[in-house]
Amino acid sequence: MNNNPLTIALVGNPNTGKSTIFNVLTGLRQKIANYPGITVERKVGTTIIGGVLHKVIDLPGAYSLNYKKLDERITYEALIGSYEHEEVPDLVLVVVDSSNLDRNLYLATQVMDLNIPMILVLNMTDVAEDRGITINPETISETLGIPVLAISAKNKSDVELLKDEIQKFELEAPRPLKWVPDETLFDAMKLVIDDWIIPYTNIPENARYIEALRLISEGEFIGAFYTFEEAEKGKKIIAKARGMIEQQGGNPMAVEVLRRYNFIGECTSGASKQTKQFEKTLTDKIDSVVTHKVAGPFIFVAVLLFMFQAIFSWATPFMDMIDLLFVEGGAWVSNALPKGMLNDLLVDGVIAGLGGVVIFLPQILFLFFFIYILEGTGYMARAAFVMDGFMTKVGLHGRSVVPLMSGFACAIPGIMAARTIENWRDRIITIMVLPFMACSARLPVYALLIAAFIPPTTVLGVLTLQGVTFFGLYFFGIFMAVLAAAVMKKIFPSGKQTPFIMELPSYKMPKWSVVFQNTAERGKVFITEAGKIIVAISIVLWFLASFPKVGNEEFVSEASSEESFESYQLRHSYAGKFGQIIEPSIEPLGFDWKIGIALLTSFAAREVMVGTLNTIYSIEEGDEVNETLKEKLINDINPETGKPVYSVATAISLMIFFALAMQCMSTIAIVRRETNSWKWPIAMFTYMTVLAYICSFIAFQVGSNW
Amino acid sequence: MDIILSEIHSSQKVQVKNITGVDTTRLLEMGITPGITLEIVRRAPLGFPMEIKVRGYLLSLRESEAKCIIVEDI
Repeated sequence: MNNNPLTIALVGNPNTGKSTIFNVLTGLRQKIANYPGITVERKVGTTIIGGVLHKVIDLPGAYSLNYKKLDERITYEALIGSYEHEEVPDLVLVVVDSSNLDRNLYLATQVMDLNIPMILVLNMTDVAEDRGITINPETISETLGIPVLAISAKNKSDVELLKDEIQKFELEAPRPLKWVPDETLFDAMKLVIDDWIIPYTNIPENARYIEALRLISEGEFIGAFYTFEEAEKGKKIIAKARGMIEQQGGNPMAVEVLRRYNFIGECTSGASKQTKQFEKTLTDKIDSVVTHKVAGPFIFVAVLLFMFQAIFSWATPFMDMIDLLFVEGGAWVSNALPKGMLNDLLVDGVIAGLGGVVIFLPQILFLFFFIYILEGTGYMARAAFVMDGFMTKVGLHGRSVVPLMSGFACAIPGIMAARTIENWRDRIITIMVLPFMACSARLPVYALLIAAFIPPTTVLGVLTLQGVTFFGLYFFGIFMAVLAAAVMKKIFPSGKQTPFIMELPSYKMPKWSVVFQNTAERGKVFITEAGKIIVAISIVLWFLASFPKVGNEEFVSEASSEESFESYQLRHSYAGKFGQIIEPSIEPLGFDWKIGIALLTSFAAREVMVGTLNTIYSIEEGDEVNETLKEKLINDINPETGKPVYSVATAISLMIFFALAMQCMSTIAIVRRETNSWKWPIAMFTYMTVLAYICSFIAFQVGSNW
Repeated sequence: MDIILSEIHSSQKVQVKNITGVDTTRLLEMGITPGITLEIVRRAPLGFPMEIKVRGYLLSLRESEAKCIIVEDI
């Protein structure tokens, strides 16, 4: 009986329902965060079994302990207790998909070699039954010498069975090397262990077999996480061990795998029976339509269109509500408290900043709601399959499509959605180019400038020049994203080539509680982790635009009669000074200090630029604001030259700048969260801003000398 | 006769003969072992990736991986 608190680790291949078991075991008592310094997520929670509180860790999905990805490495390291950011498990639940027993047992036989108490959980028995597969858990248990439990995590009562099994388990570790390596392999392993691993490394004792096998298969120490000495000696010993196998006609990369699969074959042939044969499963039937060569891409586009239309029409009312709530709330606080700096700080700094965080929630929640449904059903992998050919042509990945498309609404949910891309390099490239997609916050800026400076001339019969410019800006964003992706693909080292192998899981109904729980979790992660950065920057921006304070007397004596107090204040604030200081550097782009101020303030959100220009031009709030601002922009005269401040070239230059520059603190905050380092957001800000500067420079210089 | 998996365009069942290339381990670990029957299910719109069925589950392979798998007719 287990009356002491245990650390229980869940291990398994991807798509085995491992996370469902985790969710059912822990319920709402779970926490998601990144492991320090890397982007692999740590999911940990607690469960109560027989009155005892146990810790449950959901380790990243892995196909093998001979790791090819960071996720798999973390799983391996955590299992053997040498990962400093994870606790050493007392008990491992290896979760396997019963409808795909052979491949799933591969990892299980590896975990058996680690000398940790384990229970084999045959999950998804319902799917196996539908396919006519019957499994006898007792036979498997006898062959492997470990407790085996067949369940379907969908059934609550099955999870109780699992809890009972955990409670009564005596925590005996299985006997390692049940699969019995052949003599040559065993000698090779012994050589590596005795002559190198034991004397020269600090790898834990229980990991020696697996590490020796991994070294023999890999032939090198790439990505070794433990400390070792005498690397040269180690290399020679590993080469010698491989030589021993090759001499007997074996392939060091294959001998272990083949031997394990032989063992698995013996184990399952007696325990699992295919009672019915199906020519085509339901999954095959759905796939013949959904991944069809011609129909597939169209179906995917239709799914995307439906999804984004739904996000758009469902999220907008919520966003309006949030906007209203924070504006009204701010106004209420502003009236309730005595006037002064604290009032301003609370209303224009903190409340406005919080509003700027919460406003993203509806889009994030709806997008992830759909993503988790698509993942849960198994369609997401099909979409990647269908789109991969197109996307690899431009240096991206089949799974980049959904995040990039989300970027048209807003880069924040898009960047969060990039987590569905497994390969780190593909994922980081997708994140880095995603802000080029014309998000909805650019719309008001484009709309204002196009209305003011692009004539509504008819071109090509039916189109107006304004419409074409609008389309051109969207297209320009996509073009730059593709171009940047192609360049980054060349720059970023790919390291050792990892094979791209993607499983297409069987279709199933998504588990709604998991969909809702995971969606809520994404929202929480955004609010708590990106939110703090966003609020902090909002307060800084508020400070820059409000200080130093100008006095009333100063305003009356200094300001011109047309200027409002707000405009005068902004002009004399730090932001105003910033605009004037950077004026010489942005002059070649056709911008003056007023735009300089707007460039700084629009860092809070791109659409803020319109509001800032309203303030600078002393426009009182009202229905005609946009119309008035448009007139003011057109009629603004440079006092030195006597010419209009804004020309068509300036407008185009400014639109290009907004299309390319990283003018969004929330994007910076979410990139920081998703890449778990400041390196990537800083790199993003720099390269996008430099690119924006160069393109605007060219556009203005060419445009004004036309 | 030896055929490279990436060159098969029809939907058919074949037998895995050998895995070649620098990194054969993962393909083997995924259950694509010599002697196993493998079904070519379909190809994606531009030809790759290709979808195969092995040991009862579906797998998508890019050209670079499919090139490493040597098969023969059953």
